[in-house]
Order: sequence, then C-alpha cells, then structure tokens
Amino acid sequence: MAGDVWVFAEYQAGKIRKTSLEVLSKGRELAEQLGSGLGVLLLGSGVDGLAQELTAYADTVYYGDNPLLEKYNNDVYYQIIAALAEKEKPHILLAGATFLARDLFPRLAGRLKTGIAVDCLSLEMGDDGSLIARRPLFGGKVLADVVCREGRPQIALVRPNTFSLPDVQSPAQGKVLPLDVTVDTSQVKLEVLDVTRMAKERLDLTEAEIIVTGGRGMKGAENFQLLDDLADVLGATVGATRGVVDNGWRTHDDQVGKSGKTVSPKLYFAVGLSGAIHHVMGMNTSKVVVAINKDPQAPIFQYADYGVLGDLFEIVPLLTETLKKEI
Amino acid sequence: MNILVLVKQVPDSEALVQVKGEGSGVEVEDRYTLNFFDSLAVEEALQIKEQTGAGTVTVLSLGGQKAIEALRTAIAMGAAEAVLLEDPAFENGDEYATAKALAAAAKGMEWDMILCGKEAFDDSSGIVGPLLAEFLGIPLVTTVVKLDFISEEQAVVVEREIEGGKEVIKAPLPVLLSAQKGLNEPRVASVMGVMKAMQTEIKKLDLAAVGLSQSEVGKAGSKEEILRYHRPPERPPVTMIQGEATEVVRQVVALLKDEAKIL
Ligand SMILES: Cc1cc2nc3c(=O)[nH]c(=O)nc-3n(C[C@H](O)[C@H](O)[C@H](O)COP(=O)(O)OP(=O)(O)OC[C@H]3O[C@@H](n4cnc5c(N)ncnc54)[C@H](O)[C@@H]3O)c2cc1C
Ligand SMILES: Cc1cc2nc3c(=O)[nH]c(=O)nc-3n(C[C@H](O)[C@H](O)[C@H](O)COP(=O)(O)OP(=O)(O)OC[C@H]3O[C@@H](n4cnc5c(N)ncnc54)[C@H](O)[C@@H]3O)c2cc1C
Repeated sequence: MAGDVWVFAEYQAGKIRKTSLEVLSKGRELAEQLGSGLGVLLLGSGVDGLAQELTAYADTVYYGDNPLLEKYNNDVYYQIIAALAEKEKPHILLAGATFLARDLFPRLAGRLKTGIAVDCLSLEMGDDGSLIARRPLFGGKVLADVVCREGRPQIALVRPNTFSLPDVQSPAQGKVLPLDVTVDTSQVKLEVLDVTRMAKERLDLTEAEIIVTGGRGMKGAENFQLLDDLADVLGATVGATRGVVDNGWRTHDDQVGKSGKTVSPKLYFAVGLSGAIHHVMGMNTSKVVVAINKDPQAPIFQYADYGVLGDLFEIVPLLTETLKKEI
Repeated sequence: MNILVLVKQVPDSEALVQVKGEGSGVEVEDRYTLNFFDSLAVEEALQIKEQTGAGTVTVLSLGGQKAIEALRTAIAMGAAEAVLLEDPAFENGDEYATAKALAAAAKGMEWDMILCGKEAFDDSSGIVGPLLAEFLGIPLVTTVVKLDFISEEQAVVVEREIEGGKEVIKAPLPVLLSAQKGLNEPRVASVMGVMKAMQTEIKKLDLAAVGLSQSEVGKAGSKEEILRYHRPPERPPVTMIQGEATEVVRQVVALLKDEAKIL
C-alpha cells in the first residue's frame, strides 16, 4: 500500500536468506514507527510455500511465481518491481546488500527517480518521515548519515549480519498477494545462460556468524585443513586474504577485503594474516576479532579484541581440540 | 568496437581520512590513485581493442584536477582519448547527479560498450554504473569477472560473481559492464605511455556542452544529502594473550565464553 515499508526477500536452496530476514526485522521496526504496513516482495519459481512462510513476518506478501523468474535476470526483475512500486507507492524499500540487490536496485532507483544508500550499517526514521541511513565511506574509515528528502521510495541496502533476526508472528498475520507476472520481452536484453553455485555446506562469508580467515602465514593450501577443522567445530565459514588467493591456495570467492567480500560476523578469527588495510576494510565491523599471529608488531592486533601471540600451527589444532570438548 | 570507460581518481587505501569538526566534513590526505576496479575496466577495454583490432578506447571522468590524473593514467595504459566533465555546477553532487552528467556526456559520444568499476574505493556504493545504464536505456551486468566478445553477433558473454558461484550472461551491444577483481591483471604503463599521456589533449565538457541545466546536476540534482559524518566506533584496546600454548588456548576460550559471551 502507499506509504508502506517494503522489503525485498531473496531465497536460496529453498530457504529465505538470512539477510532478508534480518532486513524484515528492521522493516517491522520502521513500519511501527511510521504507523504503516510492512510488505515483502518475493520473486521466483515454485515459491508458494516460501510466500506462506513470509506471512509470519509481514502484513502483505507480494509474490511473483513464474518460471520466468526462476533465475535472476536484471531486465525481468527490474520491470516487475518498477511497475509494482509505481502502482503501490511504498515509502521505503529495503533489501540486503547482496550481489543481486546491488545489481538490481541502483537501476531501479534511477527509474523511480529516487535516492539509494548502499551497504547501510544502521537505519533510523527522521522526524519528517525520511530515512536516515548510516553507511561507511573510505572503507569504513568514516561513516556518513545520508538522507533522501524527496524521492520515494527511499531505497536502502543493508550490510548482511547488521540486524538481528525477526520475531515470528504466531499465528501468521500477513496475507499473500500473488502478482500477475507480465514481462515485456522486447525489453529483456539479457539472457542468463547458466548459474553455478559451488556446493558448499557453509553459509556464504557475507552471512556467516563466525569466520575463520587464514593469511599467507598458513604457508600452503594443504594447511587450510587446520582452519576447515576449526570451522567445522564452530559452524564457521573459512575466509582468505588476497595474498592467499593470489597464491592459488583458495578461490576469490573466499577473499575478505576491499577487493573481496565485506563481512560482518559476530566472531572473526584472523589467523596468520598481517592486517593490511585492504583486508581490514572488509572485516572491521566484525563484532569480536581474535588475531593469531607470531609477530607482536602485526597491524592486525590493532584491530583485534583478543590477540594471541604464537605459532598458528601450534595454537590452531589445540584450539580446535579444546573447543570440541567445550561446545 | 568503440569502448567508453568510466574512471575516477580516489584516495589510496592507506590515505588518512578524518572527520572534521562536528562531523560537517572529512579531510582526506592527498594520496590519490586511479580506482583499482577502474584500472580493470581500462585493461579489459584495451584487451578487447587489441583482439578486434579496430575501434577506440575513450576514458571519461567527472571531476577536477584529480579526474585529470585518472584520465592520464588511463591514457598511459593505452586509452586513445580522454574526456573530462568539469564545471562548478557538477560539484557536490551525489551518485545520481554524477550519473546524470555522465549520461548526458555519453549521449554525445560514439560507443558500443561502457565499462566501469564495480565500485569506487572511496564511496564504494557501486551505483554510478547501473544508474548510467538506466539513464541511457541500456542493459547492465555488474561484478563481471570474465568477458568474451562475440563479434559475429555483436554481443558479449560474461561471467558475473555472485555469492558462492557465478552467473553466465549473454548481452547484446550496447551494454554497460562493471569490472570485478579477477577480470584481468591491469598492465603497468610503459615509459612511452606516460610520455604520451602528458601530451594527449584532454577534451573538456562543461554544463552547456552536455546540454543539462543547473538543476539537474551537482547538489541541486542530487537525491541524497549527507547530514553528518562520524568516526567509526572504536574497538577497545586489544587484550594480548601469550605464553605456553595450552594455557593460551584455555584463556582464549574462557574469554570468548565469559567475557565476550560469544560461544
Ligand atoms: C588494490 C588492492 C586491493 C587489495 N585487496 C585486498 C583484499 O580484498 N583482501 C586482502 O586480504 N588483501 C587485499 N590486498 C592485499 C593487502 O594489501 C595485503 O597484501 C594482503 O592482505 C596480505 O596478506 P596476508 O596478511 O595473508 O599476508 P602477509 O602480509 O604476508 O602476512 C602474513 C602474516 O602471517 C604471520 N605468520 C607467518 N607465519 C606464522 C605462524 N606460523 N604463526 C602465526 N603467524 C604467522 C606473519 O607474522 C604475518 O603477519 C589488496 C591490495 C591492493 C593493492
Ligand atoms: C549527498 C552527497 C554529496 C556528495 N558530495 C560530494 C562532494 O562534494 N565532493 C565529492 O567529491 N563527492 C561528493 N559525493 C560523493 C560523490 O557523489 C561520489 O563520489 C560519486 O558520485 C561517485 O560515487 P561512488 O564513489 O560511490 O562511485 P561508485 O558508484 O562506487 O562508482 C562505480 C564506478 O562508476 C564510475 N564512476 C564513479 N564516479 C565517477 C566519476 N566522477 N567520473 C567517472 N566515472 C565515475 C567508476 O567507474 C566507478 O568505478 C557526495 C555524495 C553524496 C551522497
């Protein structure tokens, strides 16, 4: 409805993404402050069940269920959301700052002639109904509060792991509203030929609650087994520095940092990495940081809560063993 | 194949950035460089040009003296032409206003493909490219890590990075693509290149030349307003733990459980 807060939800492997749920929880809070409804937008194929699930979090579940929507295609998703937003006129539109959202929403902002704030670390309602978004600049060296005064909806993409998970309303209160999926195919220029996802049991780095990152101090690809073992005990995801990726020990998908992924877990282990600024920029909003390094001068200690001075090849296996017993 | 590449001069990652006074502005140490992702875009354009053997690589930047440095770096790498958008009216603009001006300039130029960086190292919003595509009415693909130009079809097949995987997308020209790390290894300019860059004339376009009005660009044409700047919250000083390994590990686990309450 006009004036509502909307959240765009993504799903993966048959589940609503954690980051979308986090944004829904913030969306609910903003909607309550505005005295408006909370809408959620879901596009995909065979998503009936997921749409039902979302009624536990939002008042209205707008969902498009169509084979055309199975794979994300910017040209298709763009048309549907633009038409819906132009008709329903939401006040605020939120999404997690995922690869998909960062591909899609800036273009939508252009179409809807409105502002967009990306990678937000907090969202507050201003007195005049405008959304104040706090976002990092210069790799997090500075934060800025930005506001969009005239354009509507105000669009904000939120860094994953920033907000907590929402409460489930029981019984579910929301209603589902299937969308009539009509696509002007003459405007669909892109053709998605293939989508591959590595079969990974772990959450993506951007969504992981605990990350164990190894640097060049790991000395070789085979030694990452030590980190995989530690990660197994913690339910963590393994990351890598660029030094490691450049050496071919891990793939770029695992890289944390300015030219890799920006992560914000609850707990970050920095193992055998020096803490170069490019790396730190990608992890400096982690809540608790543990650094393991043998060099007392390593810059990473300046960004850590707990600094373990020692040989990782000695510390890490012991840590894994101890945690196995303790948790 | 004519390729337009967007480039921006940004503070070096190591540059000191400080919040001024009560959060009214920021002070940035004078250590600038061509945006890393833009250097990938320039490199890719040069490789396509070398592969097809025809066409021109033109670089475009909006800004002042700093933008000229970005353009010169790109010429030194091998770009043939450089265009600078410069006018007091363009100043203090957000991404929307910046993309409006870039779009107006691009409309007056000849190109089959636009390449830009995934994001600029300073603001890292990664929205100028997609906005530009929208204003020009062309399709876009962001975070491209592989690009194949298929000349018979006047199309590209690209791989784009997504969480834990890749998408392979085919797009007809004209198209806008943003470069992600992994696309290529940008070349280092040769001495000849640097000399050429000093001599190449940079074409300048002002507000009138791109045919926009004052209200469409700069602060007036912006959608976003910055209310204030903050220093990021500071981490408490590090607790160092050292000594015999079993004891160290026992302490860390205890701290994570009892003090940080995280395990
Ligand atoms: C444009 C640009 C973008 C970049 N983007 C990124 C990025 O996204 N991500 C990133 O990570 N980097 C990035 N970098 C690279 C960055 O500057 C550093 O070079 C890199 O992070 C260093 O990796 P490292 O810490 O693994 O290696 P090193 O700096 O070599 O550090 C290795 C550390 O391991 C420690 N060590 C060695 N052996 C042991 C042991 N047995 N036990 C304990 N500790 C040990 C050493 O004391 C040292 O501190 C970028 C650089 C540039 C120029
Ligand atoms: C309210 C507001 C006020 C601002 N005021 C100022 C100001 O007074 N002075 C100032 O310097 N900045 C200002 N900015 C920042 C400025 O708008 C951005 O730096 C600029 O629009 C580019 O955005 P970005 O750095 O996020 O680029 P991104 O969107 O991250 O860039 C992606 C890619 O787009 C291309 N690109 C981006 N910018 C340019 C450009 N200028 N020329 C050519 N290609 C480009 C590059 O290829 C780049 O890799 C302001 C921002 C806001 C929100």
